Amino acid sequence: MPIRTEPVTINLGPQHPSTHGVFRMRITFDGEMILDVEPVFGYLHRGSEKLAEERTYTQVITLTDRLDYVSSMSNNLAYVLAVEKLSGINPPERAMYIRVIVAELQRIVSHLVATGFFLNDLGALATPLMYCFREREKILDLFEMLCGARITLSYMRVGGVFQDAPPDFWHSLSDFLNYMPDYIDEYERLITGNEIMLIRTKGTGILSAETAINSSISGPVLRASGVNWDLRKTDPYDVYDRVDFDVPQGTVGDNYDRYLTRVAEMRQSLRIIEQCVDQIEEGPVRTEVPALLRPPVGDAYGHVEGPKGELGFYIVSDGSIAPYRFKIRSPSLINLSALRGMMVGSNLADMIVTFGSMDINMGEVDR
Amino acid sequence: MTTVLAGDVIALRLEDSIPGSVKEWNASDVWIKPESILEVCSFLKEDTALHCNYLISVSAVDYIEYFEMVYHLVSMSHNHSVVLKSKCWGREDPTVPSITSLWQGADFQEREIYDLMGVKFSGHPNLKRIMLWEGFPGHPQRKDYLEPAR
Repeated sequence: MPIRTEPVTINLGPQHPSTHGVFRMRITFDGEMILDVEPVFGYLHRGSEKLAEERTYTQVITLTDRLDYVSSMSNNLAYVLAVEKLSGINPPERAMYIRVIVAELQRIVSHLVATGFFLNDLGALATPLMYCFREREKILDLFEMLCGARITLSYMRVGGVFQDAPPDFWHSLSDFLNYMPDYIDEYERLITGNEIMLIRTKGTGILSAETAINSSISGPVLRASGVNWDLRKTDPYDVYDRVDFDVPQGTVGDNYDRYLTRVAEMRQSLRIIEQCVDQIEEGPVRTEVPALLRPPVGDAYGHVEGPKGELGFYIVSDGSIAPYRFKIRSPSLINLSALRGMMVGSNLADMIVTFGSMDINMGEVDR
Repeated sequence: MTTVLAGDVIALRLEDSIPGSVKEWNASDVWIKPESILEVCSFLKEDTALHCNYLISVSAVDYIEYFEMVYHLVSMSHNHSVVLKSKCWGREDPTVPSITSLWQGADFQEREIYDLMGVKFSGHPNLKRIMLWEGFPGHPQRKDYLEPAR
């Protein structure tokens, strides 16, 4: 005789360790199985887009730091690229190389945090996270040498970067490039072949390539579904067209593929940094830009391949010192579009893993 | 490098297939009638030569007299991009067709525009506030929004 069940709706979050911030999901269960998911957000909404309309173009850089606070450098880069496109400013060569180096370091930071918290969500509490944070710390030290800050960096400027890297930075960076591959090997030895990891992540949270494209998914999540789309290759900015690197892709689009794509991307980032360090030459790091920049009337869309996906800024200028409209194309928010489809039909324990593998940052979702 | 398709090329193609949909164009953008947004997007997505299968973003800009809807589309197979714009006149009840039926990725973006700008999307399956709570007075990203006195 079949057992009669009744659907139950519960709230997960907003304060829950696995929601990576303040995020709520209204989930309807039939026993352990998920029937429906409705994401609820806005708890961290600060109105960044509105705030930017009352700040000068340079001051807005500090707002971009606070979007995805795990990858401030990439946010800075996307914003300054958009303003440079709008006002026709070309940064010097050396600045472009430094930007690419720090953006790739930031990608490693973000992927380390993503991997660490993903393992946390799997139930490997704190230990793998601390392994990942060990190397993250080294990169934050490098950032501290550049600009004195570790999280909210504001290192980039329209027309270049805030200041040239000190000599110590280059020594520490070459040390880092020497030992980092061994650390990535260490994670792979501990995690990639781990039996619990394989059982929990293989074949769960599958996202097909068609659904991913239809849902405007970007970044490692899109590539893990087997779509070869990386803005560093398809629409190169700064000096990405002068370096050689591969675009790692998954095949199935499950949680395991998303993890593997991130680890492979960290290795590619190291390759990019090594080539940039070889190619970089002495020179200025900033072009002269007026303190109160007044871009011509018009609009521009600038984007980068951020660690979480395509981060873009659509800026409309009315010729004054502040943007008329400052729109953020937030990868974290848009990547959540596919969440419901990935979760319905799976069970509660897999749902937490799937959400962890999406690598969402609430600062960027709510803005 | 992603090529930005010239406005006149797209305008000609659109005029051929959906007569009367195009209003004006410049070097990179095409302005279309708000009521033909869904039709034009559907054409751009299905057409084999244009094949804009990837929706990058949906934005709205408040110009006081009208709201400008901006759609950034990209073709992954041809690596080109299209910028569609549409002027939606009126402040009381501006409404444009929703494109969620074409791209699931437009869902949250349209809800955000409705929440913060107050542009309604006809045909959206779940049009409600996303960042702010139900019952919030006004739409704070409008240029004429004033914070209530405390």
